[in-house]
Amino acid sequence: MKPAPFDYVAPASVEEACATLAEACGGAAVLAGGQTLIPLLNLRMSQPFILVDINNIPELKGITRVDHGIRIGPATRQCDAVDSDILIQDLPVIVEAVRHVGHHQTRNRGTVGGSITLGEPAAELPATAVALGATIEIRSSQGIRQVSADEFYLGPYMNVLEHDELVTGITFPGWPQGHLTIFRELAQRPGDFALVGLVGALAIEAGKITHAGLAWFGMGPTPMKARQAEQLLIGQSLQDIDPEIIAESAVADTAPFDDQHTSAEYRRTVGTRLFARALLEAIDAQEAV
Amino acid sequence: MSKHTIELTINGRRHSSDVEARTSLADFLRDDAGYTGVHLGCEHGVCGACTVIVDGKAVRSCLMLAVQTHGSDITTVEGLAADDGTLHTVQQTLQDEHGLQCGFCTPGIVMTMAALTDESYRSQANPTEEQLLGALSGHICRCTGYQGIRRAAKKLANPVEIYSGDES
Ligand code: FES
Ligand code: FES
Repeated sequence: MKPAPFDYVAPASVEEACATLAEACGGAAVLAGGQTLIPLLNLRMSQPFILVDINNIPELKGITRVDHGIRIGPATRQCDAVDSDILIQDLPVIVEAVRHVGHHQTRNRGTVGGSITLGEPAAELPATAVALGATIEIRSSQGIRQVSADEFYLGPYMNVLEHDELVTGITFPGWPQGHLTIFRELAQRPGDFALVGLVGALAIEAGKITHAGLAWFGMGPTPMKARQAEQLLIGQSLQDIDPEIIAESAVADTAPFDDQHTSAEYRRTVGTRLFARALLEAIDAQEAV
Repeated sequence: MSKHTIELTINGRRHSSDVEARTSLADFLRDDAGYTGVHLGCEHGVCGACTVIVDGKAVRSCLMLAVQTHGSDITTVEGLAADDGTLHTVQQTLQDEHGLQCGFCTPGIVMTMAALTDESYRSQANPTEEQLLGALSGHICRCTGYQGIRRAAKKLANPVEIYSGDES
């Protein structure tokens, strides 16, 4: 299992990287952490003729507070996100999600942007970006554009990126202090992709839910936003909701599939339970404060 | 198919080499540098046998390209014991707890645990059980049933306690 031959460049700037991508006319692959790309190369499921390694571009790394949110450079390592004080304080749900990505050893190389860009349907971070309303900054030699995570994914491992475009930043809008974190996943073993997972946040003011962002992973061809459930939750007080009913409506926004691991029906059933339990847990957490 | 010159440190010794872009760090360490303690099981990031320490962190060497390690400091299992043969704490503990049988997966497991213990020792602490056991989920062992390995991990996390050796 050796990859087919390719060339390798490690540009020092975004401009250089974009120029190389444009020149390669679709024959290039971007190498960030490599924890998904290199297996694909080794299995020869992907055969680019050139790899563009973005690890030497300083501006693509780091986690910073920006106006109304947090910006994460796509080449930021997952292990650094887990230890980030900014994330722990402002958006702990991202830390929780990253802790579930792969294994300790792959998080030491794997990047936040790599996982978000690839869009494996059962991965934690694409769904986290969709749930929290993240915006993905995309650059090419032609210019820069912003796409909401919600509109970024077209299918399994398919997204709106053109061959000459590079993801250069992911911005998560800020959530009010004291918002509730929701994270649940069921996987066969630690480090495996989820069979079913749920991620998001609830903002609560004066006892009422003012903002809800929830998305599923492993429940469709892309991360699936639980729109109907979000709508039902807004304006309610946690004490008054019926978790079962909201869970039913959340599952209505999914398109689970059968695969070698389990059936769509199982995903639907377990998903409903996970959702209801996550809400009950949120209610308990709320009562504790 | 580009070729690249890399300079790096492996087990404290400087190396300079020309590598093909597609050569994995694992193949480079085994075939060019001669560190065959780096074991290759799956070559696509599943088994953990190939784990080495790159700049202080345990990584899978089958998922990194050799060309990416220019300027890095790498430790393989060959570099852990002292020059007089005294084993690294992790190696000694695994041996004491019978944490290996055929030994195929062992170098990877040793490197993961050594990266965590060395990092903790630098801040005068022990790694936590949660850290060690959590990180072990990244390794597949086909022989041991894992109990000896888990005992070693628990002992590394709690070395001063009088250790009964029970798995509970
Ligand atoms: S050989 Fe690298 S993880 Fe299996
Ligand atoms: S000791 Fe044989 S595979 Fe682990």
